Amino acid sequence: MPAVTAPSRAPRSASVMPDTPGWARWANDHRKWLFAAPAMAFVAALIIFPLAWTGYLSLTDSSGSVRAESEFIGFQNYVDVLGDTDRFWPAVGRTAAFTGVALFFEVVLGMAIALLLWRPFRGEKWVRVAILLPLVATPVAVGMMWRLIFDPNIGMANQVLGWLGIGPQPWLAGQHTALPTTIFIDIWQWTPMVVLILLAGLTSLSDEPQEAAMIDGASAWQRFRHVTLPLLMPTVIVAILLRGIDALKTFDILYATKGRGGGSFNEVETLNVYAYGLSFDYNEYGLSSTVLILFFLIIIGSMWALTSRRKGADR
Amino acid sequence: MKPRTGFRVFRTVALVLVVLALVAPLLWMIAASFKTNVDIYDSGKSLVFTPTLDNYDTVLQQANYVQFIVNSLWVAFAATALSLLLGVPAAYSMSRFNMRKSALVVLMARVIPGVSLLVPWYYVFSNLRMVGGFSVLILSHMFVSLPLIVYIMMGFFDGLPDELEEAALVDGLTHIGAFRRITLPLSVPGIATAGILSFIFSWNNFMFALVLSGADTKTLPVAIFDFVGYASIDWGGLMAATTVVTLPIMVIALFVQKYIVSGLTAGATKG
Repeated sequence: MPAVTAPSRAPRSASVMPDTPGWARWANDHRKWLFAAPAMAFVAALIIFPLAWTGYLSLTDSSGSVRAESEFIGFQNYVDVLGDTDRFWPAVGRTAAFTGVALFFEVVLGMAIALLLWRPFRGEKWVRVAILLPLVATPVAVGMMWRLIFDPNIGMANQVLGWLGIGPQPWLAGQHTALPTTIFIDIWQWTPMVVLILLAGLTSLSDEPQEAAMIDGASAWQRFRHVTLPLLMPTVIVAILLRGIDALKTFDILYATKGRGGGSFNEVETLNVYAYGLSFDYNEYGLSSTVLILFFLIIIGSMWALTSRRKGADR
Repeated sequence: MKPRTGFRVFRTVALVLVVLALVAPLLWMIAASFKTNVDIYDSGKSLVFTPTLDNYDTVLQQANYVQFIVNSLWVAFAATALSLLLGVPAAYSMSRFNMRKSALVVLMARVIPGVSLLVPWYYVFSNLRMVGGFSVLILSHMFVSLPLIVYIMMGFFDGLPDELEEAALVDGLTHIGAFRRITLPLSVPGIATAGILSFIFSWNNFMFALVLSGADTKTLPVAIFDFVGYASIDWGGLMAATTVVTLPIMVIALFVQKYIVSGLTAGATKG
């Protein structure tokens, strides 16, 4: 049977379609915000209001219970916190050291491993699986695992050192070795993340600049330094940005390995651990809010510094 | 380009060392979970020992871990499902209408330290008598899942050509109809990626549950601390507990490796 009438084509603009009910037409016309608004409202309700409250609390002497009467004291908390060389500034120093050292090793090692994995080889699949394992493991559990390995008396770490003829180390238990040990744990868990990001960047690079440099007789190091690295730089910055934000906020492994307050001498007390302790161990909400606002400014500031350098590099 | 033999040997040695460094600690943890506490304290039995299931018996029977496993599963599943429901359409809109500023609002959630939100949350939710219940845990985990999902799905929709949707419009579908019948089915790989990562992040989350969960709603990462006493640690029980938390997620990761990698590296190569 020949088709007599072609099915009538609906007009392009769906909003003038005659057979759709009114609400559906309305939804269709307003789909932009209909789709986006619920998620944004959710995030806004859970962020903007609490953040504003934190900002307000930082200007009060609220403590004990948030419900208790508190007095508006202006910027007194900020004066107190910024003058606190006992807990606040050491915590800033530890946060910076933890983030800086961990990031440095994660990017250098991550780059080296990504370069090793760049070209296909036999057994590649297994290496990639191994790289994924630390990354998906629960950070608190990872902290506990290393706590056993680094136990000065029964841990595997000192046993291995013993085989190598090196004396036992206090690791997490030592006042000066605890922070480096937690940095090591962070590097163990998160270098794989940097590897994956850089590897994705490397595989998206075209082969041609490499080949051209090879024909020009550039050595492997020269090719990396002058061809691969500049092309990969945007990806490196993304890796630093993503990892840096999380490293600044590290909490789980510090709490798992050293407990409250970053140990009895506060030896791994970073800003996040300090703020947590002020809030939930000491109920000093005014002070903790001040620390958090300052911490937040530090995070935004370092992100801004990184992204503006990235824009500078593009020019 | 074919690497030279010298490099190939170096690469093999280096990668064996990398794999060992990454996997050995995990194997050590799993091995310790099958040891008695006496064997854990005996350095002569670090590699050769008689395996026992006692620690798992402690964890699963006495320490009520089955309950905590169910809690973790339920919170991660609900937070992921609800975040997908809110996040996928939002990411679609933000990608198609180029709403980069609105996207920034959602992504802010990734940057803010969780502690700064916990005090206000705790106050509000305890006034609503929600602290210690599942709903507040699910809400707080959504706060982690939603930005992640929006971020991954925006990248996915950016890469999805709109020609197919346009063809569907010509064929008489509404915009929303085209999204539902054309775009969504094509987005299954992206949704799987986002969902799997969201589930893992929620499963692993510690701080929110530490503050907001009650004795009955504790999730696994918080329950681990039951094995850490003030005076001593039940190492065998603790390692069995950490194995129970990490092993399932690592096994899942083996099967969905591709999705996890694409989710973790989403947007990283756009520059």
